[in-house]
Amino acid sequence: MALLKNNAVIDDPFADATGRETIPASGPVLVDLDQWQSHREQLLQRTEPVGVKLRSDQPPESIAEDLHSIALIALEFPVFRDGRAYSYARLLRGQYGYSGEIRAVGDVLLEQLHFMERTGFDAFELESDDPLGDMQVASADFGVWYQPAADGRLSAVQLRHRAG
Amino acid sequence: MQMIIANRLTDGRVVFMDDAGDWVNEIADGLLLVSRQDADEHLSAAQQAVEENRVVDPYLIDVAADAGRRRPVLVRERIRAFGPSVGLVPQSRGVI
Amino acid sequence: MYRYDEFDHKLVAERARQFRRQVKRRLSGELTEDQFKPLRLMNGLYMQLHAYMLRVNVPYGSLSSRQLRKFAHIARTYDRDFGHFTTRQNIQYNWIKLEDVPDILEELAEVEVTAIQSSGNCVRNITSDHYAGRARDELADPRVYAELLRQYTILNPEFSYLPRKFKIALTGSPRDRAAVALHDIGLRMHRNEAGETGFEVLVGGGQGRTPFIAHTIREWLAPEHLLSYVESILRVYNMYGRRDNMHKARIKIIVNQMGLDRYRELVEADWEQIRDSVLKVPQAEVDRINAYFEPPEYECLADIPDELNDVRARIPEFDQWMSANVAEHRVPGYSIVNISLKAPGLPPGDMTADTMDAVADLADRYSLDEIRVNHRQNLSFVDVRQLDLFTLWKKLKLLDLATPNIQTVSDIICCPGLDYCNLANSRSIPIAQDLSRHFVDVDHLALVGDFTINISGCMNACGHHHVGNIGILGVNKRGKEYFQLTLGGSSDENASLGDRLGRALPQDEVPAAVETIVDTYLAIRLDGERFLDTYRRAGIAPFREAVYNPVQARAVA
Repeated sequence: MALLKNNAVIDDPFADATGRETIPASGPVLVDLDQWQSHREQLLQRTEPVGVKLRSDQPPESIAEDLHSIALIALEFPVFRDGRAYSYARLLRGQYGYSGEIRAVGDVLLEQLHFMERTGFDAFELESDDPLGDMQVASADFGVWYQPAADGRLSAVQLRHRAG
Repeated sequence: MQMIIANRLTDGRVVFMDDAGDWVNEIADGLLLVSRQDADEHLSAAQQAVEENRVVDPYLIDVAADAGRRRPVLVRERIRAFGPSVGLVPQSRGVI
Repeated sequence: MYRYDEFDHKLVAERARQFRRQVKRRLSGELTEDQFKPLRLMNGLYMQLHAYMLRVNVPYGSLSSRQLRKFAHIARTYDRDFGHFTTRQNIQYNWIKLEDVPDILEELAEVEVTAIQSSGNCVRNITSDHYAGRARDELADPRVYAELLRQYTILNPEFSYLPRKFKIALTGSPRDRAAVALHDIGLRMHRNEAGETGFEVLVGGGQGRTPFIAHTIREWLAPEHLLSYVESILRVYNMYGRRDNMHKARIKIIVNQMGLDRYRELVEADWEQIRDSVLKVPQAEVDRINAYFEPPEYECLADIPDELNDVRARIPEFDQWMSANVAEHRVPGYSIVNISLKAPGLPPGDMTADTMDAVADLADRYSLDEIRVNHRQNLSFVDVRQLDLFTLWKKLKLLDLATPNIQTVSDIICCPGLDYCNLANSRSIPIAQDLSRHFVDVDHLALVGDFTINISGCMNACGHHHVGNIGILGVNKRGKEYFQLTLGGSSDENASLGDRLGRALPQDEVPAAVETIVDTYLAIRLDGERFLDTYRRAGIAPFREAVYNPVQARAVA
């Protein structure tokens, strides 16, 4: 499993504590929603970054008020057919104005990377022999987009009617 | 009696497993399986062909002999073996 | 017709190239069938009973003669010389090879046609009234909005993995010819109290095993907000639609479980955030697209009822065809001609490559190069000079395309059924063939009048049986094919779902039962009543009695 961010494979700085009995006392840590809700006060006190992982049936609404204190939101794709997290990412980047890391985890395939990137994901946990190559292939697929999304690319409609 | 039916990956055509473990277009050229054990063994081999990306969705069908001709028992499988029972262009090679 | 600009061309070419890579990855084993399936479905490719089946879109039913010739070419080169027009303004090919699909998609792209999202759990082909822009009763042309929606929904990154498929239909006429109330989103153009034209927005309609007529989620929506409102409906569905059971995953189920009011609340709350975003449709884009739908340069002609009546009086067959298959056009001197793909004994919607070419030639000559495809599996020429009607009729007749049966008992909607489809459990085409051979007397068809018979080979209802005046559903009982009849369905502006008549019948009893229903209607109808009116007035009892009461049946025999 490789973690891809800003076109590079990186080591995950976050310790994955999801589903564990105890949360490490120090260092960047990733917790699940249950852990966040039961240890919210302590987690908010930490000086090092905290990430929250949401299952696909956990809309970001549940952490909306704490977003400014959350450095990473990991959105899970239990199977790649489950597309709820695309909407969660859009909401986070749009309505909630979230600017931290949004990471795709779970069943993440080359074929989804482009849609993920468009909806606001900026990190990808990918099972692949060549994650960087996959990302390049996925990004090279399209040079025209019919709709505005979270990535700032101009849609065909916007380009058609751009002044000048 | 049973046979193993599947679709070939490359062109999607209906195929039957033969006695060499290959996949053939005609039901007449396929392998008849008479015992339960035989059927199970060949179905595992067919699963192997799925792994090898040769066929998709293999399964066992019941076949009866009808005037010396093999005929799947279920209408659905007869249609798969012989083509649509109706059509603009005559496709059917068997009686449904 | 809409024509692609550089952006449209580029995107479709890129999509074809992407699928070429995906096919390569599948053939080499880098992708498993499980992983490949949603990718191929989103490019219109199914695995059916006999082979791969490719479904190609005809967006909002509008087709050029050049495109139809390409359909013929695909049928000849890559398939078995025919195609099948479906109820969703699509054409399907039944024996496609996976390895050929990338080439086929490139060939289609040349004529600005795609298979993108003709299947899969995403927004499907946008459908509309096949008379759009031509109907005399039309309030506004829905095609510009259909095209906006087409573009907005194609490869939408947020909505490509929805809980289930999603269908959107539009109409700009009070007479609903697009069955909008049976769609996940239905859009009906009308005027508000201030006299402005906008959309009534309906959600949660659909057929399948749990049919629903759509509810109005918003009485009136300004056209500039169309995309943002649709986005909010889709977002709420994507987040809250059920994913635990594919049979309960359509929007109709969640709207019903949550309640329309709650669903509306969520939609409106989301929409408040985005209604004034970049999704607001710029007038310049509306104008750009509308330019393609400007009316053609019609000749200055007058209606010619006297001349036509003259010919009609002399040639009864022409008269019957005029009555059944020709509709009013908004421009004087022109008519809309419906081309019946329901000649007796033919599988509804099937068309050979040669016939497609011949129809394309006729469209060039008599219909300003354009053909429309409709949800009743027929074609239409929407710009025919009345002066040409008689000649066109003769030519259509030679091609066996002039059966005067539009919207009659023998104009049957029929899914491919067990002869082609993996999901079906019974053969629907033979029933359609039996009925169309049974009802061949054209005078009788005219006497019976406005009628729909819809046949589905399984409960997925691709043959729209729920909304047929007579619906026929194939069921499988202990390995035998039986057919369940329903009465009183309708997909028009007063849509209704059919009621079950009684126990399912074996195939050979279906034609007699249908005839009994038709005869019962003729016996009890009041002046000017269509079957649907009679049914709504008299209820199901007289029909049930006639079909199932053996004493009466014997007495009639």
